[in-house]
Amino acid sequence: MQLIACPWCGPREEVEFSYGGQAHVPHPAAPADLNDEEWAHYVFFRANPKGRFAERWNHSAGCRRWFNAVRDTATYRFEAVYRLDDPRPVTP
Amino acid sequence: MSPRTPGADLPEHPDLLWHDREPKRSYDVVIVGGGGHGLATAHYLAKDHGITNVAVLEKGWLGGGNMARNTTIIRSNYLWDESSAIYEHSLKLWEGLEEDLGYPILFSQRGVLNLAHTLQDVRDSVRRVEANKLNGVDAEWLDPDEVRKVCPIVNTAGDIRYPVLGATYQPRAGIAKHDYVAWGFARRADEAGIDLIQDCEVTGFTTDGDRVTGVRTTRGDIATGSVALCAAGHTSVLTDLLGIPVPVQSHPLQALVSELLEPVHPTVVMSNAVHVYVSQAHKGELVMGAGVDSYNGYGQRGAFSIIERQMAAAVELFPVFARAHLLRTWGGIVDTSPDASPIVGRTPYENVWLNCGWGTGGFKATPGIGSTLAHTIAHGEPHPLVAPFTLERFVTGALVDEHGAAAVAH
Ligand SMILES: Cc1cc2nc3c(=O)[nH]c(=O)nc-3n(C[C@H](O)[C@H](O)[C@H](O)COP(=O)(O)OP(=O)(O)OC[C@H]3O[C@@H](n4cnc5c(N)ncnc54)[C@H](O)[C@@H]3O)c2cc1C
Ligand SMILES: [Zn+2]
Repeated sequence: MQLIACPWCGPREEVEFSYGGQAHVPHPAAPADLNDEEWAHYVFFRANPKGRFAERWNHSAGCRRWFNAVRDTATYRFEAVYRLDDPRPVTP
Repeated sequence: MSPRTPGADLPEHPDLLWHDREPKRSYDVVIVGGGGHGLATAHYLAKDHGITNVAVLEKGWLGGGNMARNTTIIRSNYLWDESSAIYEHSLKLWEGLEEDLGYPILFSQRGVLNLAHTLQDVRDSVRRVEANKLNGVDAEWLDPDEVRKVCPIVNTAGDIRYPVLGATYQPRAGIAKHDYVAWGFARRADEAGIDLIQDCEVTGFTTDGDRVTGVRTTRGDIATGSVALCAAGHTSVLTDLLGIPVPVQSHPLQALVSELLEPVHPTVVMSNAVHVYVSQAHKGELVMGAGVDSYNGYGQRGAFSIIERQMAAAVELFPVFARAHLLRTWGGIVDTSPDASPIVGRTPYENVWLNCGWGTGGFKATPGIGSTLAHTIAHGEPHPLVAPFTLERFVTGALVDEHGAAAVAH
C-alpha cells in the first residue's frame, strides 16, 4: 500500500487519508460581484492535469488535519507535502 | 517421403477485421480516440450520413482504453427524462446491433437488479421505477422474495449488515462482450472506407480564429473539417491544449474477475449502498466492480484496498462467492462530471465537438452516443437527445443530476 507522509504524523497508509481535490482554490473575494459564469467556474471547474497536481488531503483516520501535496497524477508519486498556509513548493 | 514443413498444413490466416491505415494529410472529420464512442461515431457517420472521409486517431491500440476494461453493464433505468431518453435510445440500438454490425457481440438481456438496503433506498428506487415507466422504460419494483426468484444466490436474510429490502428490476438490461463490440464497429467503419489509425496521439491543434484547421499528431499534422473529441479519461489533456475549461476529473476505476465458474449468477446485481456490482460473463468469470479511487489519476491502476472492500461487500451479498478465487484486477481512467451526466456538444470552436463526462457508465451508451454524435457532426447542430448535456448547463444551472438517484454508477 502506498504511504502518504502527513506533515504532522509522518508516513501512514493511504487508507487513513481522504482526498480533497485541487488545492489553492480561494473563495471569491467579492462573491456578490460574480456573474453566473464566474460562479460556475468557482463551483464546478477544477484543473485536471496529467502530471503534477497540487491537491488537498485530509488525514481523516489520524490527526484529522488537512494538508496539501504535490502529486503526479500519472505515476501517483507524492513529490511534496506541505501545510495549508505554505506556498506550493517548487518540485524538481 | 520428406517431412512436411512445420505449419504447411495450417489453415489460411483469417480475414483481418480492419486494416491498420497510414494517416492521410486531410480528412472531413477527425475523431480523437479509438474507444467504443469513437468507433461507433465513425460507423454511424458512414451508415447514417454517408460521411466516410473520416479518420479515427488512437494513441494506443483500438479499444485499449476503457472500452475493453469496463464491466459491460447495459441498462436505461436512469431517473431523469433526459438521461432515460439517451440511454433508452442506446438500449434500442443494442437490441439490433448484432444484425447491424453483422458480427457477434454476445448481447445478453439478462436483466439488472439494483438493490435497496435502507428505507431511503426503497423510496428512491420506487420513485425511479415510476419515472422509468412514465418514460416507457421497462421497470419493476421487487420485494425480497421476488429478488430471490430472479437471483437465488443473493443473500436476502434479514440479519446481514445491509439487508436487502427489495430491488428495482429492468428485464431488458444486460451485458455484452466489450471487445467484440469494438471490433464489430471497427470492422464496419473500415469496410465503409474510414481510416482507423493506431499509435497516433493527438498532441496539439492548429486553429484559425474560432475554427480548428487541423490536429498535430505523433504521426504528423493532419488537416480536418471538424473534430470530435472521444478521449474519455484523457479529455482534459486535449481540452487544455485548446484552452477550453471542461468540468471533468479523471479517476482510476478498477474491476476484477474471478476464475471461471459454473453458471451460478443468472442476472446483473448492483448495490450502491454496499458498493459492488456483479455479473457472470459468458465464459464463467464473475465480473465485479465498485466505485472510483478517490484521487485524480491517469495511471490505469488503483489501490488494492478498494478491491478488498468490494470483495467484502460481494461476499456479504453472495455468501456462495466466499471460496472463489480472484483471477485478475485492472483499472481504467474515467472522466467524471459534477452531475454524473455526460457532457456532449458545442465548444467555443465552431467545428470541435465535445463528448466526455460519461465517467463510470458510458459503455452502455456506445451505440446511442455514436449515432447521436454522428448526427451532431453531420448536421452541425446537437442532436435533440444530446442537447440537454451541453457544457453550458454548468453556467445556466440546468444540471441533469444523476448522483445517487439513478442507481448511480455504471
Ligand atoms: C473498470 C471500469 C468499469 C466500467 N463499467 C461500466 C459498465 O459496467 N457499464 C457502462 O456503461 N460503463 C462502464 N464503464 C465506463 C465505460 O467504460 C466508459 O464510459 C466508456 O468506455 C468511455 O468511452 P470509450 O469507450 O470511447 O472510452 P475509451 O475506450 O477509454 O476510449 C478513449 C480512447 O481515446 C484514446 N486517446 C486519449 N487521448 C488521445 C490522444 N491525445 N490522441 C489519440 N487518442 C487518444 C485512448 O487511448 C482511448 O483508447 C466502466 C469503466 C471502467 C474503467
Ligand atoms: Zn496526521
